[in-house]
Formats: sequence, C-alpha cells, structure tokens
Amino acid sequence: MTVESTAARKPRRSGTKRPAGAASAAKPAAATAKTHDAEPQLVQLLTPEGVRVDVAENPDVAEFAPFVADITTDDLRGLYRDMVMTRRFDGEATALQRQGELGLWASLLGQEAAQIGSGRALRDDDYVFPTYREHGVAWCRGVDPTNLLGMFRGVNHGGWDPTTNNFHLYTIVIGSQTLHATGYAMGVAKDGADSAVIAYFGDGASSQGDVAEAFTFSAVYNSPVVFFCQNNQWAISEPTERQMRVPLYQRAQGFGFPGVRVDGNDVLACLAVTRWALERARRGEGPTLVEAFTYRMGAHTTSDDPTKYRRDEETAAWEAKDPILRLKAHLLATGGADEAYFAELEVESEALGKRVREVVRSMPDPDTMAIFENVYADGHALVDEERAQFAAYLASFEGGE
Amino acid sequence: MAVQKLTIAKALNDSLRKALEEDPKVLIMGEDVGKLGGVFRITDGLQKDFGEERVIDTPLAESGIVGTAIGLALRGYRPVVEIQFDGFVFPAYDQIVTQLAKMHARSLGKIKMPVVIRIPYAGGIGAVEHHSESPETLFAHVPGLKVVSPSNASDAYWMLQQAILSDDPVIFFEPKRRYWDKGEVDVEAIPDALHASRVARAGTDITLAAYGPMVKVCLEAAAAAAEEGKSVEVLDLRSMSPVDFDGIQASVEKTRRLVVVHEAPVFLGVGSEIAARITERCFYHLEAPVLRVGGYHAPYPPARLEDEYLPGLDRVLDAVDRSLAY
Ligand SMILES: Cc1ncc(C[n+]2csc(CCOP(=O)(O)OP(=O)(O)O)c2C)c(N)n1
Repeated sequence: MTVESTAARKPRRSGTKRPAGAASAAKPAAATAKTHDAEPQLVQLLTPEGVRVDVAENPDVAEFAPFVADITTDDLRGLYRDMVMTRRFDGEATALQRQGELGLWASLLGQEAAQIGSGRALRDDDYVFPTYREHGVAWCRGVDPTNLLGMFRGVNHGGWDPTTNNFHLYTIVIGSQTLHATGYAMGVAKDGADSAVIAYFGDGASSQGDVAEAFTFSAVYNSPVVFFCQNNQWAISEPTERQMRVPLYQRAQGFGFPGVRVDGNDVLACLAVTRWALERARRGEGPTLVEAFTYRMGAHTTSDDPTKYRRDEETAAWEAKDPILRLKAHLLATGGADEAYFAELEVESEALGKRVREVVRSMPDPDTMAIFENVYADGHALVDEERAQFAAYLASFEGGE
Repeated sequence: MAVQKLTIAKALNDSLRKALEEDPKVLIMGEDVGKLGGVFRITDGLQKDFGEERVIDTPLAESGIVGTAIGLALRGYRPVVEIQFDGFVFPAYDQIVTQLAKMHARSLGKIKMPVVIRIPYAGGIGAVEHHSESPETLFAHVPGLKVVSPSNASDAYWMLQQAILSDDPVIFFEPKRRYWDKGEVDVEAIPDALHASRVARAGTDITLAAYGPMVKVCLEAAAAAAEEGKSVEVLDLRSMSPVDFDGIQASVEKTRRLVVVHEAPVFLGVGSEIAARITERCFYHLEAPVLRVGGYHAPYPPARLEDEYLPGLDRVLDAVDRSLAY
C-alpha cells in the first residue's frame, strides 16, 4: 500500500478532508490568524469530564477506538497508576532541585497522558528515542526513575544502558534524535524485523532542520518510525505560532505521510492513536506524525520563569483538562476504582518519592578520573598522556602537603 | 554619568540598546530574545522598547537563524544573533563556516557580512551537557571569521559595539559564568581596538595570557603568586582571531616566560598556536618553553567534575612554578 493511498483513507488527518480552520491556512492573507488559541480538532476518547466518547456519534474516532477495544478496567487502573507514579516522581525531582540536590529539572507536569499513552502502546522490541522530558515514557520502558536523575544532578551524561530497555539516552540538542530514530528504523526495515521506532520531540523542535530531514528520510525510505510530537504549546518562552503557521500535524502531508492530532491529555486516545501508528509502521506502511496536543503546566525547566511570557488564565484553562483527574473521574463514575484504591496508590507513590529522595541524596560524585574514561573505545595516546599527567598533578598535592 | 558600575550582563544589554538606538539597520535575533529577554536576560527589555521588527524571536532553528541573518546582511541589515548556548551553535556551523565566513572573499570584496553571533560559552555554572563548552578554536580556525571574548564589563560594553560596527562576521563569545561580575564602564571612553590585547596586571617574572572567563582566574593566580614574591603579568588577549601576537611578544620579551590559559581543550587550541608563534618570534628571549593550561582531550564532563576539569588557581600556579623552574 502506498503512503498516498493510506493517507487518502484517513479522516481528520493531513492529506484528506480539511479540518475546520484549515481553509484559512491555505490563504496566505489569513495566515496571520493565531493557530495558538484556535480550538483544534482532536482525536479524543475520554472527555475532560471523564466520559467515554461515544464512537457511534463520533465517526471520526471510529478508526482509532478499536485500538483500545481490548482495554479492561484493570488496564485503565494501570494507566492511571503509571500517570500518578510519574507525576509523583516528577514532583519529587522538582523539589529535589529546589533543595539543591539537582542542578536542573525538566518537569513533565501536564504531559503524563501523552507519555504514558504512547509509552504503553510500545512493544518491548520497539525502540524509543526521547528528548529530555520523557520521564513517563522511561517509566513505561522499565527504566528505574532514579537513573534519570544522574544527568540532572551532574554526575553523568545519561545513567542507563539504552540497549537494556530499548530506551535511548536523553538528547538535549533539539531535534537530533529524530534522525537517529529514522536511521534506526531504516535498520529495522533492512533487517526485516517488524518492530517499530518512536521519536519524541517538542513543538519547538519541529522547526529544526534535523526534524525536517528526518521526515524526508523516513518518507523516502518508508521507515517504520512514529514521530511523536508533544505540542505543549511553548518552546521556553515562544508560543507555537513562533514556530509554525499551520497546525503541526498537517506538516506530515507535505512529506507524504499521515499526521494525526490527538488530545494529549487523554491517555486512552494517546494509546489508541500511537498503537494505530505503530501498527502502520509494523505493516510496512512507513512513518506517521502524531501531534499530542497538550500543555506544559510548569516552567520549561527549573531555571525558567514562565511569568515573564505567559498568562495565568491560559494555565488555568488547561488545569481543567488535567489528564490524571479525568481518568480518575472516569474510574470513579464507572466503579472501576474506589477511594480505597486511590488511597493505596497514594501510599505507593509516597514510597516512590521517598526512595527517589534517598537514592539521589546518596548518589556519589563520580571519580575524578572518570573525565578520561570512555573517550575512545580503542584507547588514545593523548588521553593516556593527559590522564597520567593529571594523576601526577593530583598526587603532588597529597604528597606535598 | 560617564562611568557606571555594571555587571557584564547589564553592560552587554546597554551595548545592544545603544546599537539599536544608533543604527536602524541593527537587528537582534534569536530564540527567546524577545519577551523573555533571553535565557540570560542579555536582551531584557529590548523588544519592549524597540518592537518585534527589531528584536526578533526566531523559530527554534539555529541554521535558520544564521542563514537568514546572512540574507538580512545581504539586504543591508546588521543582525546580531544570539545562540542560546555554546553546544547549540553546531546546527548553524554549516552556515557560519561555508557561507558567512566566505561571502566577502567569494564576492571579491563586494559583499560585507556585518553579522555578530553572540554565544554564551564555557563552563563553571553547573549545567547539563552542551551548556559549558568552549568551541572557540573551531571558529578561529576558519578564515573570514573574527573571534573575540570580553572578560570584564567595560570590554563587554565596548567590544560588542565594535563587533556590531565591524563589516566582518564576528563570533562573540560571552563568558557566561562571569555575567554577574561587576566592573566599571566608561561609556564615553575611547576603547581599545577590538583586537588589541590588554595588560590586565603588570609583572616582570612571567606572562599569563588568557581571555574570557580565565582572565579572572589568572588575576587571582597572579595575586597569589605575588604573596610568594613572584611578579606575574596577566595579558587579556580579548581576541582569538586575529591574535595580538605583537602584544604577547612585547610582554614575553619583558618577562621571558609565557603560560597560555584557556578552558578549551589544550590539544590544537588557541594556546597551541600562540606557543608556536611565540616560540618562532621570541626563541632567544624565552627562558622556558611556552606552557599551556586548559581542558583535556575529553568531552566536557558532568557538572560534578567540572571543577577538576576547568583550570583553576592551583593548575595555573603549578604551570607558573614549572615555567619558573626552567
Ligand atoms: C539546538 C538547540 N537549540 C537550543 C536549545 C535550548 N533549548 C532547550 S529546550 C528548548 C525549547 C524546546 O521546546 P520544544 O521543542 O517545544 O520542547 P519542550 O521543551 O517544550 O518539551 C530550547 C530552545 C537546545 N537544547 N538545542
């Protein structure tokens, strides 16, 4: 099946019916319209009030709903737990930064559904290329959350072996990892494997040349990669309209593959759409762009001050769409969980917080000589020379004083 | 008042403000430079006062920032672009090296490229990776680029003016860990030439040559050495391309010993070039080989190791002792 024919079947995605508002995007004169405040059309399966969307009445979600048809109440509780634990971990890390235990922290607050929904859609043999905020995806991959803290504490540049959980190291240079994901996916296809690759990045990142090149390569080679963009509305101080003039998901069209916008605060919809996109990849139908429309509730990082550039009302409006509260409302309304369950989870998340605190506080500083370790796989005369000089220099202190 | 006590950050801000006031063709461009005033607040308040047409928040795309600055310069503007951190200049490296640096030569001198690229650089602030690097050599090696770094508020103020006035592209490295250091700025002074070195402290026994963040360390080392009866001259190079070899030579002919200090890796660094040239120029004056103190041939380490990695007082003094021991 060609990319075009795939795209041609899909509603609510680039390459097909124009979503409301898209007509204006086609006219340059209207291109100054703010996309930022516009209510986007989203794939949504769970409303902010926690009500399941009626598929019969919303044919546009019909294509995705089957991808979560198997989800049981147990599964829903599992997704809920993932989000709660991730938020607890994230909150603890923010607190630890304030206490001086971490140099910096990039909080995922508000983006739990996007990360857990997409993360739980993955198979063990899939491969993840994160940016620096994917703590929830790491959780889904089984990476011990305390391992994520080393680089923010300043003791390493990435504290886990990417091959253990198929979860690559965090990438700080914006957009780079989308090309790595594409290349990895090209390799998967060459191997004839049916695993898929997922690359995470932000709305700001989509402006980088690397991301455009990743789109180009993945389309040309029909690579099994899902581009999962968490559009949290801001790239530090810059709103999305400083990055693009058309809805982000529509960019895929120009590269020849489908793009979907999903409610990034709806864990079920994120799960469904990501599963759908992964399935396409596995079937050899090439890349997909998923835009999870969400919001960064906190600061960009702990060194950022969002009061300089954004309005409180905006943040308040997004609070009402909180991903965790909406699933809680649903579980309560449907009898999927009771207060005892939530209380138990509270205890469990507290325990996680405590463990994180303890591990971070006892995290040792690296050995000084680690500076010279692993610079080359084969060893290198200059590094050897400098290591020896440095060791002699350090020894001169101990002996001399 | 002509003389003010300013932080380096404020001096840069004032300097940009003055440039925007004096020449309507000057533009500020970069990520977060508008409302936020840049992540280090160097452009604070400028968009408010000069508008979005002069102080431009750009998409998150460094190649785009520099590439469009080249186009704007072709159209007669004088863009001053901000790269958020040292490690993020590389997406723009292609535009800088293959285009910006060569336009003047390729056009047989017809085209000027008055583009300034400001880069907060070097370490010492406890940041995560890609936020602490010293890539100046990679630019100084490229013909067509000028590369400078101020070490104090007065130079921050004046060198930035001079860089903006220059018709050549200037890579302007700002020592980010010194942003909050205060110093006197005489806004009516006649500044030193952009590429002249400056004697930051006079001495007779040995010369320490440094630039940017390391000047302060060398001044501290000179003060410590003075207590041991050693007279150390500290030379603030200010410019890495061109390098003021005459200024270094004059100092070395007086002191007969030279140690070059920078944060960047020693191997093939600015210090290597200075050591080679000064050895050629001053062979019969030198009492000791030119020594270099700097970073190692290793990636910039995690923050908890940067104090070991960065040249500090002890490493500089150790080199002074080694030189004097010859
Ligand atoms: C190449 C590059 N340029 C600049 C930066 C500095 N920076 C770090 S995060 C960020 C904003 C990223 O925004 P977005 O891609 O939307 O992701 P988010 O952080 O919102 O998840 C910027 C400008 C960087 N890390 N890499």
